[in-house]
Amino acid sequence: MRYAMAIDTKKCVGCSDCVVACQTENNVPVGYCRDWVVESVAGSYPQLEIEIRSERCNHCDNAPCVRCCPTGASHIVDGGVVLVDPVKCIGCGACIEACPYDARYSHPDGHVDKCTFCIHRVEKGQDPACVSVCPTNCMYFGDLDNPNSDVSKALATRKYKVLAPEAGTKPQVYYLV
Amino acid sequence: MNEELIISGRMNPGIDPYLHVWHWPIPTYLFLGGLAAGILFFSGLYYILGKEKQLPTAVKWASFLAAPALVVGLFFLFIDLTHKLYFWQLYTTIRLTSPMSWGAWTLMFITPLAFIWSATYLRELVPKWDWKLKILWNFEALAIKYRTPIAWVIMLLAVILGIYTGILLSAFNARPLWNTSLLGPLFLTSGLSAGAATIMWMSKDHAERSLFSKIDLILIGVELFFIIHLFMGFLASTEVQIQAAQLFLGGEFTVSFWVFVIIMGLIFPALLEVLELRGFKVPVFIPAGLILFGGLMLRFIMVEAGQLTRYLY
Repeated sequence: MRYAMAIDTKKCVGCSDCVVACQTENNVPVGYCRDWVVESVAGSYPQLEIEIRSERCNHCDNAPCVRCCPTGASHIVDGGVVLVDPVKCIGCGACIEACPYDARYSHPDGHVDKCTFCIHRVEKGQDPACVSVCPTNCMYFGDLDNPNSDVSKALATRKYKVLAPEAGTKPQVYYLV
Repeated sequence: MNEELIISGRMNPGIDPYLHVWHWPIPTYLFLGGLAAGILFFSGLYYILGKEKQLPTAVKWASFLAAPALVVGLFFLFIDLTHKLYFWQLYTTIRLTSPMSWGAWTLMFITPLAFIWSATYLRELVPKWDWKLKILWNFEALAIKYRTPIAWVIMLLAVILGIYTGILLSAFNARPLWNTSLLGPLFLTSGLSAGAATIMWMSKDHAERSLFSKIDLILIGVELFFIIHLFMGFLASTEVQIQAAQLFLGGEFTVSFWVFVIIMGLIFPALLEVLELRGFKVPVFIPAGLILFGGLMLRFIMVEAGQLTRYLY
């Protein structure tokens, strides 16, 4: 089992619903966010090209945050989801420094916090909060090992990219381009 | 034009607008750790070489600074944790892939050993010292009997500690400025140089002083060699590391790095030491103080600048 997400940059309108849904679902402290939307503009007027990406923890296969954690608080669970155990986390900040995507932050309670792929929902057979609220249905979640999952079908038919593949992290959030 | 904007208004404290997770306690600790490693390395080395009599500052007296430096450094590490009450989780596991785990365990052993090492010389420093309890007298006798194995262990741990202060940073590939394997040897050399400078500063013996002056000169040469290679490596690397090097070659850390670290911290004290070795009178605190200052600045600048560098996508 390998959970992954695919996000269609051609369908995303940048409404930030995914950000609000995550904050509500996961009780993210005010002023913080586990996911965010990037607008990438290239070219010069009037020849502009825009790409909108909803970004979050990439739940990397080769996760530098897990590698550098001195206590094992950052760990990988079934399905390749990277999680933080708050009672093991000492708040040293190493994983925040280690993440090329700046996907982690220090929770006001002291421990490090980040996207969990909404594992508590996924275990019940639901989609992550961000995926479930997307008004354009531009996000696909599922198991890469299952060829019939939404994410597998999306990746099978579309051209895609990942962020900073040169960082060697083998990220598992794919962007359909 | 190519512009990336976070349009959902992310402002995570410490992350945005630019990463600033590690503050002044971290570089201060890296400096104190390196300094203690330098002092303890020379203590162990010259004890093993049987120079206890000729080099008393290196073997005995400087070690009285090393143990407190480690304790203060550990305190700084502790205050930069955001989940402080859970710090003991460091000692429930050994994570071989985590430099911080290596460091935590190294400190766990080298700090008490540094105290024991200086305690065996305490009665030479304070002749009237009385351990009061019989068990402490016995413990002292035991430690004195096993000085040679302790010296070997201290020397080995000091090298691990000195290298670890650099590897702690270099293991992060997400921060291109840090992500060079030269940082381990560079910080080790800088720590040894700081240790040698401290011994030189404390020593009252002319021969000992001039020996450590020469050692320092060699270490400064090695450091400059590493720094030149660091920049050669960056400039011959990928765009992210070229941009990291630009911070020091015209970017915002240019003046602080070249003036404080290279000129004031390495070249100027090296010139003063050459002058002194040629017979000119140079107050020892000037080159020694400058070397220590340069070592501290190197770590501050590397930690601050490294957090500004990142992948581009």
